[in-house]
This record gives sequence, structure tokens and C-alpha cells, in this order.
Amino acid sequence: MEGIYAFCVGLLTACGIFLTLRGRSFSVVIGLTLLSYAVNLFLFASGRLKLNSAVVLGQSEQYSDPLPQALVLTAIVIGFAMTAFAVILAMRARADLGNDHVDGNLPAQPNEASNRSGGNQ
Amino acid sequence: MQHLSIFPILIPLLFGAIMLLPPFSKDIASQRVCSVVGTLFLLVSSAVLLFEINISGVQVYALGGWQAPFGISLIADKVSSLLVLLTSFLAFSVILYAIGGKDKGGAYFHPLFMFQIMGINGAFLTGDIFNLFVFFEVLLIASYALLIHAGGKQKTQATLHYVILNLVGSSLFLFGLGILYGTLGTLNMADMAIKVGQLEGETATLAKTGALLLLVVFGLKAAMLPMHFWLPKTYASASAPVAALFAIMTKVGIYSIFRVYTVIFGENAGELANIATPWLWPLALLTIAIGSIGVLASPSLKVLSANLVIVSSGSLLACAAINSEAATSAALYYMVHSTLASAGLFLLADMMARQRGKAEDRFVHSRPFVQPRLLGFAFAISALALVGMPPLSGFVGKVMILQATQSSLQTMWVWPLILLGSLAALITFSRAGTTLFWRHNGSVAAEAEPAKKTEIMSVALLLLASPILVLFGGDITEFTQEAASYLHDIQSSAYALLPGVTP
Repeated sequence: MEGIYAFCVGLLTACGIFLTLRGRSFSVVIGLTLLSYAVNLFLFASGRLKLNSAVVLGQSEQYSDPLPQALVLTAIVIGFAMTAFAVILAMRARADLGNDHVDGNLPAQPNEASNRSGGNQ
Repeated sequence: MQHLSIFPILIPLLFGAIMLLPPFSKDIASQRVCSVVGTLFLLVSSAVLLFEINISGVQVYALGGWQAPFGISLIADKVSSLLVLLTSFLAFSVILYAIGGKDKGGAYFHPLFMFQIMGINGAFLTGDIFNLFVFFEVLLIASYALLIHAGGKQKTQATLHYVILNLVGSSLFLFGLGILYGTLGTLNMADMAIKVGQLEGETATLAKTGALLLLVVFGLKAAMLPMHFWLPKTYASASAPVAALFAIMTKVGIYSIFRVYTVIFGENAGELANIATPWLWPLALLTIAIGSIGVLASPSLKVLSANLVIVSSGSLLACAAINSEAATSAALYYMVHSTLASAGLFLLADMMARQRGKAEDRFVHSRPFVQPRLLGFAFAISALALVGMPPLSGFVGKVMILQATQSSLQTMWVWPLILLGSLAALITFSRAGTTLFWRHNGSVAAEAEPAKKTEIMSVALLLLASPILVLFGGDITEFTQEAASYLHDIQSSAYALLPGVTP
């Protein structure tokens, strides 16, 4: 279980970092979302992964740490609000700057073809 | 009073919330009154808090009655109460400037301003590292909205970078916290400081990873090289009161570095003792260097002030790297000085820009000022303070930092960089002053507006702080010395905060 869990967190983080390094605001926002998913899973695992153990005393033979769950809840709420803000800001930037590149101006492209595929910078 | 230490968080929260409700929500005049009254209350309560801490010692406020380390506690000690008072004073002065008309660019300036103050005060006061993250987010989301306040192409672009960078920073913060909680099993900073000494082997390596991730996050907030690129553009494009308030934001990062790497990962951290120092040394010195180059290359007064913020961040990081009581004391004094002086310069730059027509605050030929004497006098004081010339507070602060270096190797690195940084500032300020005040043609610009009384009052408050910091220098340095020795003594800054725990 730990192996799969760690692999998933790692994959989400890798995808998140890759997407945040892209040039277009849409992929950056998606990247930030993936990063925050990875973070939430990671925080959850900081209380150790246990099977059949409730967070309430007396409900099961072993109990698991309730604090990471509270932390994840806080992180989800904050992450959600921040993503909403980033989406609105990206739309505002699209309107104000005339394009969706994070620098506000499209980089000079060597030819038209790569311009169409987009977002390589 | 028992609840005094939570007032700096509650007052801005309440005033901010009230201003969102009718009858205040649509009426800017009553919002202004509300803001001034609110920040005045805040100033008084922070001053009383500082006074009481000075007499009766540290106050631990257990939120909801949950004892540390199980609940979240607010720690009002000499360090945090000094910085809370600094924030409150800055907020009061900046609000005085904002009510002159800078708050009309868009809706909700005053509530957002209050929420940002709440976040900053909370970050200074909290004794729980996850709570520190939450307050960081509070101050950040308010700052995102304030930064784009009044709109414009430049602001949108700067905000987009600022928001994305800080969102990535928040993710890293949570990764670091997750690792630290997984290895230490606690989030209370005092408790972490006690437990971190017991780590060894693999868990120590894991905790080290977490701790250094946190350094990246705090470094991003503090504009530490190589995470400083966002700062000049962001600060220069923000409207004047917002930029002036942002002067304290880099200090929140510096404060967190002092708190985490002196108390938790300080001398008593066993295998992890002083883990940040080898990183802080080169980065701090390079930050001063790159800031000074930026100062020399600044094309306008706002960019110059922003680059000076980077230089002061670098100097403070160098104090964190020296890692001694004298250096921490110097850093606290310099932090107060540089926050107020750079905030004053941001406001002054805006006053000048509005009197020069199209030239704004760029260093080019322009029409003459409407109030050349007033602005010239203010500019001279602010330049003297920021360059670090006697008799103003910048001089005292820089001397304290220079004196804090311990070995000849440290002296060899820190002295030339800080002194060359001052020289760069001196050169740029003299060049800027010559152009701004003496190279004029034509008559006063038609759109020039003289500074309003409240605006002059606000700048005067911020600039007068500099001579006052020198006049009462003895008392203030004594206080910062006590605060520094509190921070460096694990007995007082960790064991004393947890009931029933002894070394």
C-alpha cells in the first residue's frame, strides 16, 4: 500500500511541477491544482497509513492520528480558495493583456507551426 | 489583561468584517473613519501589549483553553510584540495616506487592508507552525487582492507572477510541514524545539529535508536570492499605500527564519543544529550584492525603493547567518528602521510622481514640483536614513550589524558588502535627487496636484520615526538585546512555554 501511495504522490507532484513550468496560464493553474492534490495526500500520510483504525477512541482496536486529517481539511479549503482566485486572475490577465501567456506577451516563434502547437516556452 | 495578546488579531478582523456590512459597505467616507479608528485602536492595544510584556514577561494565550502542545497557542514575547507594534504603527500611518484618495481605485480597499494586517499580526504572534501557514495564507490572499487593486495592465501582470509563485510556495510549505509532523509528531514550535534534538539517522535526514523546504518558502517571502526576482516589479507596480504596507511582508519571512532556525533548528537541535547557516551565508551575501546592483541600475524612485528592500533583506539574512545574540538584536533594530524608512520612501515616491506630470517618478528631466521645499526636505531625510548616514537610524542599525560579526572571516565578507551597498545607495540617491529636484524646464504641470494634509502627516510620521529610533536608541537596543537573548535561550523560548515540561 505504501509503495502505491508514494508513487501516486510522486506522480502527481511531478505532473504538477511540469505543468506549473509551462508558459500558458491554463496549464499553470492545472499544475497548481495537481500540486495541491499531491500535498493533501502527502499531509494525510504524515500520520502514517493504517488499516482498520478509526480516528475516534474506542471504535477500533487501534486508533489513527486525527491531526493530519484536520490539517488536510484546512489545506483543502485554502487550496480550493486559492485555485478559484488563480482562475479568476488568469481570466482577468487574458482580458487585460490580450493573451494567456504568463508573461503577458507571446514569445517570438521561429515559425507559424510551432505557434499553433503553443506553450512550449 | 489576559486577552490582550489576541487583540492585534481580533481588532483588524472585526473592523474588516464590519466594513463589509451595510451601512459601511457602500460608503467610502464612513469606511475611512472606521479604518482610522480601527488602526488607532490597534496601535494603542499593541503598545499596551508591548508595555505589559516588558514588565511581566512572556504571555502564552491558549486558544479555546487547550493547553500547549495540544492546542494552538499565541506567544506574545518581546520579539513578536515588538513586530506587532511595528505593524500597527505602519498600518496607522499608511491608512492616513490611503484616505487621501488612493483607496478609491476599486471596492473594498479598507476591509482587505484590515485582513492583511490581521494576517501579518497573526503570523508574528502564533506559536504553532501550521497556524503560521494559515496566517501566511490570510495575509497572502489579502495581498493578492490589494496588489491588483485599482487595476491596470502592469498590475495584472505583476500579480499573476506573484500569485503563482506564492501558491507554489504554499505547496512547498505544506510538504515541509508534513515531513516535520511525520518525524516530530508535533506542530507546536516550542515542542518541536525540544523534540528535534532526539532525532537521529534516517528520521533526522527526513526532518532536515522538511526544514530546508521551509527555508525555501521563507526565502521566497523574504526575497532571498534566487527567489527575489518577483519583488522589484511587484512593489513598483503596486499602488503607494499597498507597496508601503508590503514593506513589512518581507520581514514576515525574515521573522519566520529567525523563529524556526534559531529556536527549533538552533544550537540545541542535536544532529540538525544550525542546518540553515551554511545555506544562509552565501545566499545572504549574494542577496546584498544583487540588491546593490539593482539599486545602481534603478530607473525610477519606486524601483529604487524596491531594490533597497532587497538590500535590507540581504542584510537581515546575514544577521540570521551570523546566528548570535548580538546579530539578532541588530536585526530586530534594523528591521524596525528599514520597514519604516522604505515605507516612507514608497509613499514619498507617489507624492512626487503626482507632481511631475508625465515624467512620474522616473529619473528624467521634468516640470518643477508644486511643493519643492517640502518634498526636498522629506527626500533628504529618507535618503539619509536609507543610505545609513549619521545621525539617523540607518547608521545605528548598520553599525550594530557590522559590530555583530564574530570572526575575521565573517568581517571580511560582511563589512565590504554592506558598506558597498550603502555606497551604491548613496550614489543612486544623489543622482536621483539631482535630477528630481534641479533638472527642470517649463512651468508646473497642469495635472500636478499638491499633497494633501493627511498624506504629509503620514509621511512625516514614518520619517520622524527614524530620528526617534536614534534618540531613544539606548532603550530600544536594550530591549532588542533582551528579545534576542530570549530567542537564543531554549529554556525561555521553548521549555518555559510548555506547562509541565522540564529539560
